[in-house]
Amino acid sequence: MADDPLLSVDGLRLHYRARSGIVHAVDGVSFDVRRNEALVILGESGCGKSSLAKALLRVLPRNVQTFDGSIRVDGEETMGYAEERFRQEIRWQRIGLVMQAAMNALNPVVRVGEQVAEPLRVHLGWSRQRAQARAREVFDLVGVSQDFLERYPFELSGGMRQRVVLAMALIAEPDLVIMDEPTSALDVLTQASIMNRLKRIKRELGTSFILITHDVATSSEIADRVALMYAGQMVEISNAEHFFHDPAHPYAQALMASVPRLHQAERPEHIPGEPPSLADPPAGCRFAERCPKRFGRCAEAPDMLTVEHDRSVRCWLFRYGGNL
Amino acid sequence: MSTQQPLLSVEDLHTWFELRHWGFLRVGSVRAVDGVTFALDHGESVAFVGESGCGKSSLARTLLGLHRPTSGRVVCEGRSLGDLGRAELKAYRGRVGYVQQDPYGALPPFMDIGRILAEPLKVHGVRDRAERERRIEAALAEVRLTPAKTYTSKFPHMLSGGQLQRVVIARALVLEPSLLVADEPVSMLDASVRVEILELLRRIRAQRNLTLAFITHDLSTVRHFADRIFVMYAGRIVEQAPVDELLEHPQHPYTQALLTALADPDPDNAQRERPVPGGEAPSLLHPPTGCRFHPRCPHAMAGTCDVEDPPRFEPRPGHHSACWLHR
Amino acid sequence: MNRWVEGLRQLRQYPSAVAGALIILFLIGLSIYTVIAIPYGQALERWRGGAYWERNPVNAEPIWLDRLTGGNLPKTFTVKPDPDTVASEAFPGGRRVTIPLDFSFDAGGFPSELNLFLDAEYDERAPFVRLTWHTPDGRSIPLGSHQVGHHDRIGLSRDWDLERRLGNVPHVGLFAGPDPAPDPQVLDGDYELTLDAILFEPDASLDANLVVYGQVHGLAGTDHQRRDLLLALLWGTPVALAFGLLATAGTTITTLVIAAVGVWYRGWVDAVIQRLTEVNMILPLLPILVMVGTLYSTSIWAMLGVVIALGIFSAGIKMYRAMLLPIREAPYIEAAQAYGASNARIILRYMIPRILPVMIPTFVTLIPTFVFLEASLALLGLGDPSLPTWGKILNDAQNQSALYHGFFYWVLEPAALLMLTGLGFAMLGFALDRVFNPRLRTQ
Repeated sequence: MADDPLLSVDGLRLHYRARSGIVHAVDGVSFDVRRNEALVILGESGCGKSSLAKALLRVLPRNVQTFDGSIRVDGEETMGYAEERFRQEIRWQRIGLVMQAAMNALNPVVRVGEQVAEPLRVHLGWSRQRAQARAREVFDLVGVSQDFLERYPFELSGGMRQRVVLAMALIAEPDLVIMDEPTSALDVLTQASIMNRLKRIKRELGTSFILITHDVATSSEIADRVALMYAGQMVEISNAEHFFHDPAHPYAQALMASVPRLHQAERPEHIPGEPPSLADPPAGCRFAERCPKRFGRCAEAPDMLTVEHDRSVRCWLFRYGGNL
Repeated sequence: MSTQQPLLSVEDLHTWFELRHWGFLRVGSVRAVDGVTFALDHGESVAFVGESGCGKSSLARTLLGLHRPTSGRVVCEGRSLGDLGRAELKAYRGRVGYVQQDPYGALPPFMDIGRILAEPLKVHGVRDRAERERRIEAALAEVRLTPAKTYTSKFPHMLSGGQLQRVVIARALVLEPSLLVADEPVSMLDASVRVEILELLRRIRAQRNLTLAFITHDLSTVRHFADRIFVMYAGRIVEQAPVDELLEHPQHPYTQALLTALADPDPDNAQRERPVPGGEAPSLLHPPTGCRFHPRCPHAMAGTCDVEDPPRFEPRPGHHSACWLHR
Repeated sequence: MNRWVEGLRQLRQYPSAVAGALIILFLIGLSIYTVIAIPYGQALERWRGGAYWERNPVNAEPIWLDRLTGGNLPKTFTVKPDPDTVASEAFPGGRRVTIPLDFSFDAGGFPSELNLFLDAEYDERAPFVRLTWHTPDGRSIPLGSHQVGHHDRIGLSRDWDLERRLGNVPHVGLFAGPDPAPDPQVLDGDYELTLDAILFEPDASLDANLVVYGQVHGLAGTDHQRRDLLLALLWGTPVALAFGLLATAGTTITTLVIAAVGVWYRGWVDAVIQRLTEVNMILPLLPILVMVGTLYSTSIWAMLGVVIALGIFSAGIKMYRAMLLPIREAPYIEAAQAYGASNARIILRYMIPRILPVMIPTFVTLIPTFVFLEASLALLGLGDPSLPTWGKILNDAQNQSALYHGFFYWVLEPAALLMLTGLGFAMLGFALDRVFNPRLRTQ
């Protein structure tokens, strides 16, 4: 069991009904997260990454059409769990979640210290003192002064609210924390500060992270491995070294080329075209339309191919030993 | 840069917002722009960089004529904004185009693109329908949304973020402005679309010899799209220089902190923590005494930085920085 | 524009919307017909009562109501003289004329009244007439003698002497069998009222109409002043619709503009508007209307004016303000300022159109509120007394203790129309709400 990855996702699918048809938000996603590892799920808007976050923690919308696949936590299959069991055992205790714009989801009429401590009292039945003590600990962990325990959310800046939300996710000492765009609404210095915190928490507590973002620069701040998502599927999963220095998938290459860099003279290039609609994904490779390297075989949907250790790509170029 | 008169000259501009309870009780003033001086030449592209709360958006609004200066002058073609009458102010607003941050909110959802682009023309008295259509078509062609006919009948919800932002730019161009103010024009767009839009702005600027003022917090985009950078903090300009000069030799501690905090994507980043100044952005209602950055500055000198505001120094030619370190 | 067409198309899906629209169209059609068929002046004139209605029975129920319950109550009919049967005999100084008025009667109930209308033409000396009643079973009942003026109405039903003689009111006794039993039965057959008239001038003439008043009348029945209720029911429709529409339009549009002005200018303008609204919301509308009606004027225009004036600073302002506040912060508003749009333009063309779709269902569901308000006012006696409206019918019915007397139709007919109006607008309004407020949809 100790060798099992902490989280193992296989063939996860989440489709939901919309007026325009069925949206294939998550369409056969597989990946692993090991202990003390940070996996970044990178993707642009409309690729389905937020739906993926929700799918992992079963925070599902009402109009779900399909939800299947395998989600194993420490080797144990959790898809079969009843909602109540999932809530008690997995959600928040084994896996924490910080949703997008979570800092705006704090209850405005409850003091932040109380909000952070509340789940401990409600779920685990802790006494008030014990919960407050733990809240103080976790405030230290995320870098918020204990003075703020008695304040209301509106008295805190955006960066501090985000730290508070992070504290809520960490308070039960989960093994894994999933964060969806944790720093996108924040200033540069605050972002850097929070990323520093995350690095420290990972180092000191051994927590694993799944960080979902569209910001390539942020992803490199913490990623051990990167999973690139496009149109509901993973197109490349590699370790950070491979991904940032030498991306394999044409989309990954185009994405890296489109990031403006401070210390580089070349101008960034944009990727022509638009991502396909999740309601009507194309039959073959979903990036083929915009891919400068497409060829005949691309009319057929490629599988995820393991190219070398810690690098998998969903692209026919690698079936035939293409450029690496 | 050029020998002719600058397009816009800003002299010791202060824009303060009064806080009032119930519409009349004065509580205090938010000093959004607190002593800003610079000049913009024709055809220049400049960037105002800073984090939220530094006053850059308020500065943009003052330049657009949306806020009257509280004190100081904004001089355009010899006339100060504060002196303009209503009709003159309206004419001025027609000469400054505005590109906003949020492409989804910047266009009224109940009007089609043709009508959206016609509105500024109608406001400025272009009565002839054919003339309006001609200018709309020209603007759409410039932002590469052609053929114009397919777009004018569409509604905003039918377009993607990138296309919407192009429409916003077209709307800013339709009155043929001399100055374009773009407030975070790409921050809400996807990474792959950002470059496209910035390239578009560059091209348009070159074609029309337009003056471009970017407001952004993202220093990494600025390098490729601006000639000069102004770094703002707490309502002041703390450093200004041509772009390469600033990025290579940042002088002010705040600029240095910003540059350190920004990363180029590099897997080694995950292994180290970045040195980041602690603390929070200062309140504009009660700004710190002396140099505004001193509570967070690693080089703050007690007795100097917390007492008196530093003036503008020129530590390197053409490169200005307001920091006591340069004395 | 597309949004509206799209909205209408979606509306067709809802059966309640279609039903509601049909009802409203019916009411509109009825109004148009009424206004054309019975012009306003004429309607008011007739409604005042008097001679126009003198040939209608009092408090008669509608014909269909009686037939539905299997009854066969008599309708009103007039017996006119047949010139062939009029016998004329001259004598020195005049003429003796015998006018038989024959009719057959076989209804399931007694008439409600008997009136003999006499029109005599003469110069100086009025004719003299003697009346005799002949029943089908051969009895002859003298009804007395009268001197006849130019236009006379002899109310046979109010002849107390006759009543005493018959043992029942005349319109019952004259049609009953020979035994004045406590439970008289209608005697079917041929009746005759014979007029023996003496005319004292050679050129004099006499015309007689016997009106046998029924117990049923027309589509809607009659009221205590013999007025056909159908007039007021018909005319109530355009009045109700017009009042409802004008009041709704007046309040809604003004409220909208004021709310928008408050939201746009903020500061003390907004504060003043809000305080005014809060004070006004506490004031009770109906008692104020009662005061105005009592002390000032009950004309329908005065009522409409006060209703609109008090309705403007109402909860609607709060609602529109809440909807407009986020719109005011929208980036496109700021962009409009940046390209120099005037405040008026921004308010009217950029802010208000955002909430028009939401306003439409509110508008439609507000109309019946004002219709009921007008009816309530009339019911309380504060309506325009000269105007035939549904509320006026209810008012009369109440004053005449209609329910106590069993004239249920008098109350139910206007009530049914009020309910129909409410139902029609409500159904359409709620369906519109589902169309224009997507958040309310369940799918």
